[in-house]
Amino acid sequence: MATTVKFTVDGKSRSVKVDDPAMPLLYALRDDLQMKAPHFGCGVAQCGACTVLVDGEPVRSCVMPVTAMKGKQITTIHGLGTPEKPHPLQTAFVEEQVPQCGYCINGWVMTAASFLKKKPKASDAEIREALDGLKCRCGTHVSIMRAIKRAQQQMA
Amino acid sequence: MNSPKDFSLSRRDFLRASGALIVSVSMTGLVTDALAQIGPNKPPLVPGELDSWVAVLKDGSVSAFFGKIDMGHCLDVAIAQIVAEELDVGFERVTVFQGDTATSCNQGGASGSFGISAGAKPLRNAAAEARRILVAGASRQLNVPAEQLTVSDGVVSGGGKRVSYAELIGGKFFNSKVEWNKEIGNFMDIKVQAKLKSPSEYKVVGKSFRRRDVPGKVFGTSDWITEISLPGMLHARVIRPVIAGSVPLKVDADSIRKIPGAKVVREKNFLAVVAPKEWDAVRAARELKVEWSAGTNPFPAMEKLYDHIRAAKVVKAETETNKGDVEAVFKTAARIVEAEYHWPFQSHASMGPGCAVADVKKDSATLWTGSQKPHYARDGIAKLLDLPPDKVRGIWVMGPGSYGRNDGGDAAIDAALLSKLTGKPVRVQGSRADATAWDPKGPASVHRARAALDGTGKVIAYEYISKGFSRIDTANNEADPRDSLAGHELGMAPNPAMGFGTPEDNYAFASRRLGWEAIAPLLNRSSPLRTAHLRDPVGPDIHFGSEQFIDELAVATGEDAVAFRLKYASKPRAAAAIKAAAEKAGWQTRVSGTAKSSGEIQSGRGISYTERRGTVVATIAEIEVNRRTGRIWAKKFTVAHDCGIIINPQGLTQCIEGNVIHGLSRTILEEVRFDNNSVTSVDWASYPIVEIKDAPETIDVVLINHPEIAPSGAGEPSIRSIPAAIANAFFDATGVRLRTAPLTPARVLAALAGAKA
Ligand code: FES
Ligand code: FES
Repeated sequence: MATTVKFTVDGKSRSVKVDDPAMPLLYALRDDLQMKAPHFGCGVAQCGACTVLVDGEPVRSCVMPVTAMKGKQITTIHGLGTPEKPHPLQTAFVEEQVPQCGYCINGWVMTAASFLKKKPKASDAEIREALDGLKCRCGTHVSIMRAIKRAQQQMA
Repeated sequence: MNSPKDFSLSRRDFLRASGALIVSVSMTGLVTDALAQIGPNKPPLVPGELDSWVAVLKDGSVSAFFGKIDMGHCLDVAIAQIVAEELDVGFERVTVFQGDTATSCNQGGASGSFGISAGAKPLRNAAAEARRILVAGASRQLNVPAEQLTVSDGVVSGGGKRVSYAELIGGKFFNSKVEWNKEIGNFMDIKVQAKLKSPSEYKVVGKSFRRRDVPGKVFGTSDWITEISLPGMLHARVIRPVIAGSVPLKVDADSIRKIPGAKVVREKNFLAVVAPKEWDAVRAARELKVEWSAGTNPFPAMEKLYDHIRAAKVVKAETETNKGDVEAVFKTAARIVEAEYHWPFQSHASMGPGCAVADVKKDSATLWTGSQKPHYARDGIAKLLDLPPDKVRGIWVMGPGSYGRNDGGDAAIDAALLSKLTGKPVRVQGSRADATAWDPKGPASVHRARAALDGTGKVIAYEYISKGFSRIDTANNEADPRDSLAGHELGMAPNPAMGFGTPEDNYAFASRRLGWEAIAPLLNRSSPLRTAHLRDPVGPDIHFGSEQFIDELAVATGEDAVAFRLKYASKPRAAAAIKAAAEKAGWQTRVSGTAKSSGEIQSGRGISYTERRGTVVATIAEIEVNRRTGRIWAKKFTVAHDCGIIINPQGLTQCIEGNVIHGLSRTILEEVRFDNNSVTSVDWASYPIVEIKDAPETIDVVLINHPEIAPSGAGEPSIRSIPAAIANAFFDATGVRLRTAPLTPARVLAALAGAKA
C-alpha cells in the first residue's frame, strides 16, 4: 500500500509517495525529489556519503527509512549553503581545495557542520573523534583537517 | 574590421605561401559555443587536424580538447595553463573539454600518470601552432612583419596596430593540418611548424591556479556519473553470484512480481534486474530467488595464499635488469642477506560502486561512464553491440574516484548490454559488495630478495625477483568486452595477458638482477579475484619489499639508512631528493633500530626512495607504534618529489598528499579477504581503509622543480614510496621486521610477541 510521507527539505515542504515502507530516505531524495547531493557510497551506514541533517543531527540517509521522516526538517548540503551564501565550512573546503573526486565530501561537510555547531572550539583530537567512520578513498584527510580548522577560525 | 570571409582568404593565402598543407578551406559557419565545435563544418575529429585540439571562439575564449581526464588532480587546470602559455591568452580564457569521444581524440584517458608528461604534449604543440598561424594572419592583416608582433592575452600588436584572436578567427576553424605520430592512446602526439616557448619565458605555467571543479563538489551542484538521468531510464542491478564461478541455473521471476515494474533480464549467465525506480531495482536484486550452480572451491585458504604463489607454475617470466654475473658473484660472497616479502590482493574499493548509463539505439549508442578511459570504453561498447565505433559516443563523467581499472569498467559494459536487452536507457550502479568484492583486484605477490656482501661489507651482487598474479589478467581498459564480467557471463573467452614488474634500477650494485614471474589466475573467468591495474600497478607491492631490503642491508652493514642509500643511489636527482627529504625532516643519523624507546608507545623513522618513469621520490615516515594495541600511527610524512618542471605547485602538492594517504591505507590496513569459494571483503567493515584518526598530523611536501626537465608525472609515483617508509620506521621503532603487508594491529602484535619469545 502506497503511503505519502511529508517532510521539509532545505526549508521547502515536500511529499513523497512511498510504496515500500523500508525504502531509505536516500532514494526518496535522489530518485523522487531529484536531489543529487547525498551520494550512495555503501548503503550500510559505513561511509557517510549519504549524510543529511535531520532536525540538525547528521543521519545516514541510506539506512534511514523514509517513513520515519514524517514532519522532520531535513537539510542537505544545498540547504547548508550556496555559492552566494556559503556555510563557513564550504568556504573553507573551497579555499583549501579539499575534494579530489569529491564523492565523499557531502559526508564530511554535513557531519562537521553539525559537530562544529555544538562544539565550535573543538580540538584536533575531538574533531577526529567526531568524524570517525567517514570515508574518503582519495585520501584528502589532511586538507579536510586544514579546512575544518580554517572554518573554526572564521566562525570564531 | 575585416569580415570573416576576408580573414579566411588572407589566412588561406598566407598558409599557401607558407607551404602549409590545406585540405579544405571551407567558408565555415560561425560557431556560437564551444560544443558547436563538433558541428557539421568542423574538419573530421582526427589527430592530424589542428581543429581537433584547439579552438578560438567568437568572444576570444579558447577551447582545448583533451583526450584524457582529470579526476580531481588539477590536471585539466594544468592543461589550461599549458595551452594559455603557448597561445598567449589569459588562463581564465581557456576551457578544457575532456573525455568525450565527440570532442577529443583518444589520448588514452586517465592512465599511468601520463596526464601531463604525454597528454599535454599535443595540446601544447597545437596551442603553439595556433599562435603561429594567428600571428601570421595578423601580420598579413596589419601589414606588419610577424617578427615585430607581440601577443598579450589574445591580442596581437605591433607597429602601432592591433588585432585580437577573436577578430582573426573567432568562431571559425583553422582548417590546418598537423603531423600526427600515428600513436593512439597515451603517446598520441603531433608535430607542428611552430617553435615552442622555452620554460624561461613561462608566465602561466608554474603558478598555482585553482581548480575549477572544486566549488561544484563542495556545494553539491556538480553532476557525478551517478547523477546522469535520461527520460524513460531504467535502473538496473546486475546480480553476481556469492560463490565465485557459479552460474544461475534457475531464476524465479515470480519472486519479484510484487515490486512495481521490476523485471528480470537474462542473457546466458548474465543476470540482472531492472525497474523504473532505483530502490525497486535494489529490492528486486535482493529479493530475486536464484538457484546457482555449485562452487568449485577455486581459491586456496587465505592463510595459504603465499604458499600457493611460491609453488605455482610460472607462466611468464622476465628479467628486466641483468648486470654482471650475479650467480658467480654470489658464490664469492663473504656473507649473503636474504628476505622475502608478501603483498596481498587489494581492492580499488572506490568511494561509490561503479556506475554507468547507456542509451543503445538500433544503429547508434551513447555511453556515460565514470571509468577512466571513455574512448576505449566506446570501442568496447561498439564491439559488444556490433556497431561501428563512430556510431558510439563515450562520455566520461566524474565518478567516485578511481585509481585504475575498477568496477566502473564493468558497469560500462553492463549498462550497454542492459540497454540493448531492454531497449531503454539504463543506469546501472553496483552495491557496496559489487564494488569491493567484484572489482578487479591488485594482484597478490611474493618478493624474493638477496644480496651478496664482500669481506668489507660492500654489496657486490643483488637480486630481486617478484612472483605474483598478472597485473593485466584483466586489461587496463574495457576496449574489449572479453575483459569484463559481462563478457565472461555471455560466454566470451577471457582475454588475459601476463605481466608484473620490477623495482626501478635505482642502485649501482656492481652485479644485479631484477625480474618477475607471473602465475595463472585462480579462476580464469568471472572471478572476483581477477587482477588488473590498481594505482601505480604493482609499484607499492614491489617497493614494499625492495626498499625494506635496502634498509635491511644498511642495518646488516652497520650503516645509516640515508647514508647507505646515498652511497649506492646512482643518479644525482636521487641523491638530491634523499638529501632534501632528510634535511626537511631533520633526519637523525643512526643505524635503524638502535635507539628504541621503552614503554607502550615506541617511535621510529624510516626512509624510502623510489623512482617511476623519471619521477624521483624520497619519503620519510615518522610513526608511533602502540605495543599494547598493535596500532601504527604514521604521524608525519616528509616527501621530496622531483617530477621535472612543475606546472601547478598546489595541485601537485595535494596530489602527493592523496598518494601518501592512499599508500598509508594500503600499507597498514588493506587486504582482500576470501575463503575457498568467494571474496569475503564486501564492505568497509570487512575491507577497512584509513579513517581520519589514522591520518597523519603533517605531510610535508618538498617540491623540487627542474624547469629544464620535461614533466614526468605525479599521479602515482609517490604512492610506491610509502609502504617501505612505514615498515622501515616500524623496524626503527621496535627492532622487528614486518615483511607481510598490511601491517595490521594483529600482525604487529604477533610480530612483537614473536620477537620477545
Ligand atoms: S552510503 Fe550511507 S553511509 Fe555509506
Ligand atoms: S575526494 Fe574522492 S572519496 Fe573523498
